[in-house]
Amino acid sequence: MIEWIDLILLGMLALTALRVIFLKDLFAVVMLFGIYSFLSALVFIVLDAVDVAFTEAAVGAGISTVLMLGTLALTGRTEKENTHSKLLPILVVSVTGAALIYGTLDMPPFGNPDNPIHQHVAPRYIEDSPKEVGLPNMVTSVLASYRGFDTLGETVVVFSAAIGVLALLGIRREEDNNTPESGFKEHRVLQIVAKITIPLVILFALYVQFHGDFGPGGGFQAGVIAAAAFILYGLVFGLAKSMAVISPMFLRYMAASGVLLYAGVGLFSMMQGGNFLDYNLLASDPVAGQHYGILIIELGVGITVFAVMLTIFYAFASQTERSNIQ
Amino acid sequence: MNLILDYYNYWIVVFLMMTGFYIVISANNLVKKVVGLNIFQTSVFMMYISMGKVAGGTAPIVVDDNTLYSNPLPHVLILTAIVVGVATTAVGLSLIIRIKRAYGTVEENEFEHEDDAI
Repeated sequence: MIEWIDLILLGMLALTALRVIFLKDLFAVVMLFGIYSFLSALVFIVLDAVDVAFTEAAVGAGISTVLMLGTLALTGRTEKENTHSKLLPILVVSVTGAALIYGTLDMPPFGNPDNPIHQHVAPRYIEDSPKEVGLPNMVTSVLASYRGFDTLGETVVVFSAAIGVLALLGIRREEDNNTPESGFKEHRVLQIVAKITIPLVILFALYVQFHGDFGPGGGFQAGVIAAAAFILYGLVFGLAKSMAVISPMFLRYMAASGVLLYAGVGLFSMMQGGNFLDYNLLASDPVAGQHYGILIIELGVGITVFAVMLTIFYAFASQTERSNIQ
Repeated sequence: MNLILDYYNYWIVVFLMMTGFYIVISANNLVKKVVGLNIFQTSVFMMYISMGKVAGGTAPIVVDDNTLYSNPLPHVLILTAIVVGVATTAVGLSLIIRIKRAYGTVEENEFEHEDDAI
């Protein structure tokens, strides 16, 4: 039964991707990409990757779509007719695809427990992490503890992406009165629905943040969901009001402080005489130390991801408003 | 049928990857190219998660002792990759906005001089 769901979902995914090729209306392309992300989140659930599905649904279908629509508002919504011949790309793609399909025949069969990937490292995570780290969710244990240094790197990459976007676009804060009205002032129904939804979304983000040790979730997902709540506020009530709630400057400090909090835990454990990010030394009991360490670094990740996502949204939205003035 | 079930996931991954690749090299519009890149990226995610699946297993959250779990390691790698992916996509899109402002177009065949071509 589960195989059939997998087959059908993957088939739908392939059709959605195929449709993107032929569409010239970029608005439809971006909407299809949102559908594509939702479908891949469903496939991830079928393949047991609940944490990944969570992230893909929040990021792919939520934030990416908003950013791409913001770009379309500035660059126009139709693709011009291409004058180049399509023959060469089709040839390149077919040859590469055929070679890759030939390569897949050498891969171990899907789902077999004896596959090489399940023989090394993973058994240790599955068998020992509940005892060593003391958390039911192995993904959080591996993410925050065993591979904590790796995750610190990822957090720094997310942080530097915000620096990149700020360097390229910047955020301008329009305080004079000639700023055009943004948001949906006349849509009362939309405003009331948004007002009801936003607190629930923030509450859910906090739940995902702090319950990530026990169920699916964690700092990455929580940060994105919380940012989505404020993005919704900004879209419905206008950018100026959203910036009055959380100013861009404050977000910059938040993004940096999240990374510093994470790295600070590492330095603190070094001062206690252990290795970088060795949480065992944070408390007298190693398992309790792991708990404290994971809670704090997940908080750091959540703060940075939230601040970076919202900063990027501010940068894109203020570009759109600027072009409206001109 | 067994051959299909054993490799179906990987074949779809290759198909998605090639679709994304085709969009990147053939599309005229830079925003569409970014969508193509994202489709390509998602196909890689799909491949890692497919490899981590164990038939009859469940999500890697402890239930009791005798449960079969899927491999948690690919999940960790891909979870962080998705968030990094959206951050880098944002940088790419802001580059497109700057290109629009500098050249007045985001269509590849409309850059006027040889030097304008990207």
